[in-house]
Amino acid sequence: MSNLLPVLIVALVIALVAAVAVIGYRIALARRSQSTLLAPALLPNLAEEQVEDADGGLDSKSVIEDVLEEATKAEATRPDPLRLRDRLGRTRAAFAGALAGVSGRSSMDDDAWESLEEALISADVGVSTATRLVEAVRASAKTAKIKDGSEVEGLLRREIALLLSPADRTLQMAVSGPTVWMFVGVNGVGKTTTIAKLATREGAAGRHVVLAAADTFRAAAAEQLGIWAERSGATLVRGDEGADPGSVVFNAMASANSRGADLVLVDTAGRLHTKVNLMEELKKLRRIVDKTPDALTEVILVLDATTGQNGLTQAREFAAAVEVTGVALTKLDGTAKGGIVLAIQSELGIPVKIVGVGEGPEDLIPFDPEEFAAALFGE
Amino acid sequence: MFDSLSGRFDAIFTRMRGRGRLSDADIDEIAREIRLALLEADVNVRVVKDFISRIKERATGAEVAKSLTPAQQVIKIVHEELVATLGSTTVKLTMNPKPPTVVMLSGLQGSGKTTAAAKLARLLKSQGLQPLLVAADLQRPAAVEQLRVLGKRIDVPVFYAKEGSPQNAVDVALSAFDEAARLGRNVMIVDTAGRLQIDEALMDELVAVRDIVKPTNSLLVVDAMTGQEAVNIAVAFDQAIGLDGVILTKIDGDARGGAALSVKAVVGKPIIYVGTGETLEDFEPFHPDRMASRILGMGDVLSLIEKAEAAFSAEDAQAAEEKMRSGQFTLDDFLDQMQQVRKMGPIGNIMKMLPGVPKELKGAEVDESQLGRVEAIIRSMTAQERRDPSVINGSRRSRIAKGSGTSTQEVNALLKQFKTVQQMMKSMSQGKKPRLPIPGMPIR
Ligand SMILES: Nc1nc2c(ncn2[C@@H]2O[C@H](COP(=O)(O)OP(=O)(O)OP(=O)(O)O)[C@@H](O)[C@H]2O)c(=O)[nH]1
Ligand SMILES: Nc1nc2c(ncn2[C@@H]2O[C@H](COP(=O)(O)OP(=O)(O)OP(=O)(O)O)[C@@H](O)[C@H]2O)c(=O)[nH]1
Ligand SMILES: [Mg+2]
Ligand SMILES: [Mg+2]
Repeated sequence: MSNLLPVLIVALVIALVAAVAVIGYRIALARRSQSTLLAPALLPNLAEEQVEDADGGLDSKSVIEDVLEEATKAEATRPDPLRLRDRLGRTRAAFAGALAGVSGRSSMDDDAWESLEEALISADVGVSTATRLVEAVRASAKTAKIKDGSEVEGLLRREIALLLSPADRTLQMAVSGPTVWMFVGVNGVGKTTTIAKLATREGAAGRHVVLAAADTFRAAAAEQLGIWAERSGATLVRGDEGADPGSVVFNAMASANSRGADLVLVDTAGRLHTKVNLMEELKKLRRIVDKTPDALTEVILVLDATTGQNGLTQAREFAAAVEVTGVALTKLDGTAKGGIVLAIQSELGIPVKIVGVGEGPEDLIPFDPEEFAAALFGE
Repeated sequence: MFDSLSGRFDAIFTRMRGRGRLSDADIDEIAREIRLALLEADVNVRVVKDFISRIKERATGAEVAKSLTPAQQVIKIVHEELVATLGSTTVKLTMNPKPPTVVMLSGLQGSGKTTAAAKLARLLKSQGLQPLLVAADLQRPAAVEQLRVLGKRIDVPVFYAKEGSPQNAVDVALSAFDEAARLGRNVMIVDTAGRLQIDEALMDELVAVRDIVKPTNSLLVVDAMTGQEAVNIAVAFDQAIGLDGVILTKIDGDARGGAALSVKAVVGKPIIYVGTGETLEDFEPFHPDRMASRILGMGDVLSLIEKAEAAFSAEDAQAAEEKMRSGQFTLDDFLDQMQQVRKMGPIGNIMKMLPGVPKELKGAEVDESQLGRVEAIIRSMTAQERRDPSVINGSRRSRIAKGSGTSTQEVNALLKQFKTVQQMMKSMSQGKKPRLPIPGMPIR
């Protein structure tokens, strides 16, 4: 898509100028005929008109549509993850928490069902997933003649666990040569810290780990990773601030090869999925890794558990750009529940693979659907 | 996104057209749609409940019943209520009459405190103040280094615990005053470590730091992508240290930012600044009306209108209409248009405000130089070519590309897109409903 970009932008500029001018004209004319202008009264029409299918000779597609279409076509399909043994399973810290919601009730009225739905929404599950879940449970409670609140909650927990499983949550290793895991996500979610935790874990398991500081943008990002490399005994490969992140990745892979390292963890700069240039840069990083066939086995989207509904969009966009293989759900040691991962798994098929529960190097646990489902109702 | 609330309303109101006033059932239905829109924007469930009951009250009132355009009327009420909740004016920092003024930043891990500290320092410096950055985060690896790098970038001194001196936040805070006095600094901006509100030890530390620095402004830094948890965070930090305001970060993404409403609704403290990007210039005062539109999924429609009102005169509009109607809209006219649009500000910013622009495009970095490229292409055409682009054949194309320092693909794109625009304008001025050449819908 990168060579199409200038063309897209030319088209875009023209479309924009025209659109803005037309809006401007309308506003200018409207101002003459009426004194106060209620914004939404004017602009919703615009949005509506766009959706309306044009007749009158307007069926020629704009350049923008052409370009976007091409870009979409170019998207590759997700490779099947390799099937390797689960090496996770150290601490199984429970997602403790008393059950809230409807567990004390002996019968379920409309209010009770509503509060169940609200409990889910409060856990950032999202309205549509919450409604779907509650409706499913309501139907099965009816057939099974279940009225008791705690039994209903049990049903709901099972429904959630079902939605989250089955999934392969192992972090895969390459069949031969150094394995590469790449970490992506929006700003401040915990990419660097998650890498630190994995470096600690894999190092303790006897693997030689290389950390690639491909965040050359944020102030002191490489220093931060460097401190973790020291603490975990991993090898750091970095560039100067502002250096090309691609060259850092390249060097890290070369270094891993020559040292016979087992694992390269690539730390990328935080970026919002809405920034086209930065997402292009990320694709480029992946292409550099992909030059060594089959080395890249995991692209982990790091997701902050406090994230709301935007999490789904993040997952969708990062998956479209770099074929995300799994989610690392961080900061679950707080009171946020991370309910958006339900939608991420059910709509995009991307499973949570690891969970962050603190700022320390050991604060990493595997994801357990049952415990997660139970914790969604914890206060 | 844009269509969310207004689109849903339209459907409801179309169905009830012909009936004089809103029935209770209509209002319930409208309330459900508003609830959905707010929840999808991450406004907290409990906050939504309160909010809806207020809307319902007003929607049953006379102003809607008598209105000819109930849909707009309801949207207006929702918008007004949102603005009222978010705070109807833009709030400024409090300055200590006896310097230094102290700003203390707190919040969850990764919310953007350190970046916001540097952004604020830059802003205050540009207003003629002398800020000192204080690195009171001794938890996170390289946090001090991060602040020092940022401080250097904006040429603002950073106070931090030197090797050998006590490495804890309280001591740093304590010594910071001496440093401010020594350097003659009148504002201290204290960056603290990220912490969960349920982490008692770290919350106690924060209280201790607060007791020492006695902030003139205690600001909570909240990520705009935060979900339902925002209320718990805000309440807990407010109870522990007392808040005077909020900084909302990362609003350059496409999160609807309902957290802003949740936080404001539960602690009542104003949102003062917003972070609009990763670089230190990306920092602005908070505009409640824009945020309200954003939460409702209306983009920055209102500020777009403001800008357009300033840039276009009714006379220009009239003249342009004539040309469009007669199908005589040429590339020269387009150049004129471009000048007017430029008056509205950077095109990249305008694009972000436009409703219906797909997000794939919203992130495209369109800057003035790209406007310049388009202009260069048109200026490399002869008068005849501008009047009638159909004469532009292959060799003319490469001449134009060469002359403007662009590629023939770009020239082609321009011609093709201009044709679409011309048709759009013509059919619009003939009273047909146009489709803007920005695909505002999923790609078919
Ligand atoms: N409580 C808690 N804090 C965490 C967790 N994971 C990361 N953090 C903290 O979150 C903050 C941001 O973490 P980073 O690892 O720097 O995040 P990042 O995604 O690399 O950030 P950028 O590179 O700036 O985009 C730090 O203060 C971390 O200590 C977690 O599981 N629990
Ligand atoms: N896009 C965008 N990124 C931002 C904004 N503000 C901060 N960031 C990024 O968010 C990440 C975290 O910012 P920090 O300032 O390190 O956050 P913090 O709250 O100090 O983090 P801790 O000290 O670890 O708790 C960094 O990658 C910043 O560049 C913003 O307004 N927009
Ligand atoms: Mg990082
Ligand atoms: Mg910080």
